[in-house]
Amino acid sequence: MDYNWDFATIIQNWRVFWTGLQGTLLMFSVTVALGMSGGFIVGVMRYLKSPLIAWPARAFVEFFRNVPVLVQIVWFYYAFPILTGIETSPFLAAVLGISLNTMAFSAEIYRAGIQSIDAGQWEAGKAIGMSFQQTLRRIIMPVALKRVLPALTNRGIEVFKMSTLASVVAYVETLNQAKLIADLNYNPIESYTAVALIFFVVLFPVVQATYALERVLKRGDR
Amino acid sequence: MIELVRTENLHKRFGELEVLKGIDLSVSEGETVVLLGSSGSGKSTLLRCINFMETPSSGRVFIRGEAVGTERAGKLTYNQADLCQLRTKVGMVFQHFNLFPHMTVLQNVMEGQLTVLKRSRKEAGEKSLAQLDRVGLADKAGEYPSRLSGGQKQRVAIARALAMDPRVMLFDEVTSALDPELVGEVLKTMRQLALEGMTMICVTHELGFAYHVANRVLFLNDGAIHEEGNPQQVLRNPQTQRMREFLEGHSLFKLPD
Ligand SMILES: Nc1ncnc2c1ncn2[C@@H]1O[C@H](COP(=O)(O)OP(=O)(O)O)[C@@H](O)[C@H]1O
Ligand SMILES: [Mg+2]
Repeated sequence: MDYNWDFATIIQNWRVFWTGLQGTLLMFSVTVALGMSGGFIVGVMRYLKSPLIAWPARAFVEFFRNVPVLVQIVWFYYAFPILTGIETSPFLAAVLGISLNTMAFSAEIYRAGIQSIDAGQWEAGKAIGMSFQQTLRRIIMPVALKRVLPALTNRGIEVFKMSTLASVVAYVETLNQAKLIADLNYNPIESYTAVALIFFVVLFPVVQATYALERVLKRGDR
Repeated sequence: MIELVRTENLHKRFGELEVLKGIDLSVSEGETVVLLGSSGSGKSTLLRCINFMETPSSGRVFIRGEAVGTERAGKLTYNQADLCQLRTKVGMVFQHFNLFPHMTVLQNVMEGQLTVLKRSRKEAGEKSLAQLDRVGLADKAGEYPSRLSGGQKQRVAIARALAMDPRVMLFDEVTSALDPELVGEVLKTMRQLALEGMTMICVTHELGFAYHVANRVLFLNDGAIHEEGNPQQVLRNPQTQRMREFLEGHSLFKLPD
């Protein structure tokens, strides 16, 4: 194929992409923070023996793991306001959709981490008079978190990529901006290629860093 | 003599299985009691009911004369914070050490003092070093548990429990997971504790320890204390058939005296 690539227009419009990337970063920061902290709570609830706490947590996880994020975002944007009378901005709809999904997935990661810790550790904490919360915070979580760090960073990378789904409700992020430029300049090939490159350039070093991190953790495994 | 631990008609059921069928036990200050019994006879369960790692199904536990739990409308209830407090007074050491792998030896021993007793870092640090010295491991304070031998790990676990200033120590088969050549150092530490006047209840299969260190031996069978007495009598001249069989099983491969 002898397509004439023309990236000049893209470079001229770098500000538009930059605005998009900022939107992507904002969406990522908010959803990863909400999803992974909320997921921690749900994960601990999942772990607890009391069915009154564990069951709703389980239902939450199963529900939000099995509904596509795209469907959630659309639902929160179009259906939720009609049902409740509460307006949702594109930002809010996307934050809800991505965060809830991230909560569900990271909850399972945290739970697996907690479950991987030997029951003797709980016993040892309990035996010196530590409460459940103290044992969880001081004894169980430091080791569990270290074990699940690779899984959590992988999830974080997924969350970063999921931010593009927010473009479906025209939230200003990288893919949405590319569409804008493509429509204006009739250059979808360059525009969308640029999006792919931007994501690759941002994520590739991060992923390499996580490999290094995994190696360090493996070596430090006692 | 001060009675430190007492259980009255202690029962423990796991579903259909009744493991403890009314245990009346009294341990005085400074006493070393060894609990014998075949596997599955409920030795661990009895220990774990004394520091409430397990909640007894019925019956009462008294620590230093104080009844644990409050009775309301004929039902016993236990306050979690009270139980945590109680566990600082009743130390426990396990078969599998259960040291905290992400903490150094010193941090292991300091942990409960900081989080539960709210001691200052300085005080906890000094106390920890003193306890590590007591078990002969002061020089390992900066090591991580993974770098220690099994015997050293278990001695750190003992120091960790002692650092809470318990009135009673519970030992649950603390030498069973050790290589034979490491058993001695742990038993030595325990004997030294007994000599220093620590009140101890020990589940162990080390009959030599029971013979030489214990003030009293209890034989647990079918959820009840089947036979008890001073070790010289009970181990040499068991009165019951079950206890005789148990001891024979234990000494089957011993060299003759
Ligand atoms: N948490 C538990 N749930 C159900 N059964 C248990 C539990 N703990 C102990 N048991 C049962 O109680 C009996 C006594 O156990 P244990 O006290 O550990 O015996 P021992 O320490 O003398 O070997 C065993 O049959 C064991 O299977
Ligand atoms: Mg046992």
